[in-house]
Amino acid sequence: MGNDNSIDEHKCTDETRRDFIKHSSLLTALAITPATLLKAAVNEWDEKASAFFETVQVSLKVNGKDHRLTIEPRVTLLDLLREQLALTGTKKGCDVGQCGACTVHVNGKRVLSCLSLAVMQEGKEITTIEGISDGENLHPMQQAFIKHDGFQCGYCTPGQIMSAIACVKEGHATNDNDIREYMSGNICRCGAYANIVKAVASVSKGGTKL
Amino acid sequence: MINFQYTKAPSAAAAVTAMTKDKSAMFIAGGTNLVDLIKKGVTNPQKLIGIAHLDLNKIEKKNNRIFIGAMALNSDVADDEMINKELPLLAMALKAGASQQIRNMATVGGNLMQRTRCPYFNSIDMPCNKREPGSGCGALKGYNRMHAIFGASDKCIAVHPSDMCVALAALDATVHLTGAKGKRQIKFSQFHRLPGDLPQQDNTLVKGELITSVEVPENNFTKNVHYLKVRDRSSYAFALVSVAVALIIDDGMIKDARLAMGGVAHKPWRLNDTENFLKGKNASETVFREAGELSVKNAKSYGYNNFKIKLSANSIADALKTAAAKS
Repeated sequence: MGNDNSIDEHKCTDETRRDFIKHSSLLTALAITPATLLKAAVNEWDEKASAFFETVQVSLKVNGKDHRLTIEPRVTLLDLLREQLALTGTKKGCDVGQCGACTVHVNGKRVLSCLSLAVMQEGKEITTIEGISDGENLHPMQQAFIKHDGFQCGYCTPGQIMSAIACVKEGHATNDNDIREYMSGNICRCGAYANIVKAVASVSKGGTKL
Repeated sequence: MINFQYTKAPSAAAAVTAMTKDKSAMFIAGGTNLVDLIKKGVTNPQKLIGIAHLDLNKIEKKNNRIFIGAMALNSDVADDEMINKELPLLAMALKAGASQQIRNMATVGGNLMQRTRCPYFNSIDMPCNKREPGSGCGALKGYNRMHAIFGASDKCIAVHPSDMCVALAALDATVHLTGAKGKRQIKFSQFHRLPGDLPQQDNTLVKGELITSVEVPENNFTKNVHYLKVRDRSSYAFALVSVAVALIIDDGMIKDARLAMGGVAHKPWRLNDTENFLKGKNASETVFREAGELSVKNAKSYGYNNFKIKLSANSIADALKTAAAKS
């Protein structure tokens, strides 16, 4: 993405013919919709209006950039990040809230993006693994994971790092037992746990403001 | 995942109205359980009514009663200063549940409303009277290692998965609701129900009712309390069995006792008989062992969960011992 702030939301998706028909049908529908109904739809509180559309609009900020997207209500935050914004750093592991690979921050709190509906993130600020480094300079937690060899295959690592940053900020990383307990929502099949604890502890003890 | 409509309720009253007139609608707060169930096809709502943002998230004390808003996050309650000081048993139970990521999403009301993690309920290829009444119970003669030993029926042997609710049961909480016919309260012991012939009904809520808060009366259980959760790994797993203990001990004698279990029944399982047995007795290991044995007198197991009976007795004794030793 570089430093280009202008994002074309459609650049990342393969628009199929079916999508085109869907979108153009929607436009036709919008053109013949009475103004009152449209207003009700914008307020998100009119059954007829919400039944009328199969997609909804959502505005949110991801890694400091504003996005306005048209989505189906069933789209999870994880799928929105990966499929619509091409932010594939956030990983899909189990997709049912058991592994932590999809951990991101929403308004500063770590959550599971696979169990979060994107439509419910209206107006919220999302931070993903792509948003934590300062340009070419890695985040202290990224550096610590490298220094302490906190991974093997690396698939769980983005989730581990997002969880670890929050864990230190919450004040739940003051000793190794707490780190193990409060990092337990992130599963690592390679079993790099011992080094992950070392990495988190080193950042926590280092006292760097995160 | 099926598609559905989503609407964000502007107020609690509007949420109740929308829910009352639409049979296929469901409330969604944190969504940590519901989104999972929709993905699996276990639950198929046509419309979700968003309530997480409603102004129902305060944790406050009024007239010596602590009120926890239904939309308060599990993590916020677990880390709340007043809760840790005045209801340490509740804080312990909350911290034992799920992971920090899930606690950051899950609400107190949602915690009460979560469904069983019985694998037969959670797989649409399996028979389950709770998911599909009349289809049979796959767990009864199936792989029932995680299942109930108290209060089950031949229709359902699933357990309620919450930790928080076990502490709330022990602390005599009250659930506050608002519905189409106005506000009402349900005693915590009356909120969740046993399966009987209607395992599809987890609780006594009426369609359209919304949980607004949970109230915990003032108590003195601030020192000798413990929440013991026994599970297959040391964190981030559902309980095989769990025990919530709150004691008042004066000069070595038990003045008051509260005891509830999780992972053993269709609802948080309060052990009133054992509480009465403990009152007036000395806080000794012998008494705690007897309390454990007494608690499982009417337990019934189903094969793979036979181990839970002995495990429960031992866990109760251990939890009592740990609670009594706190100073």
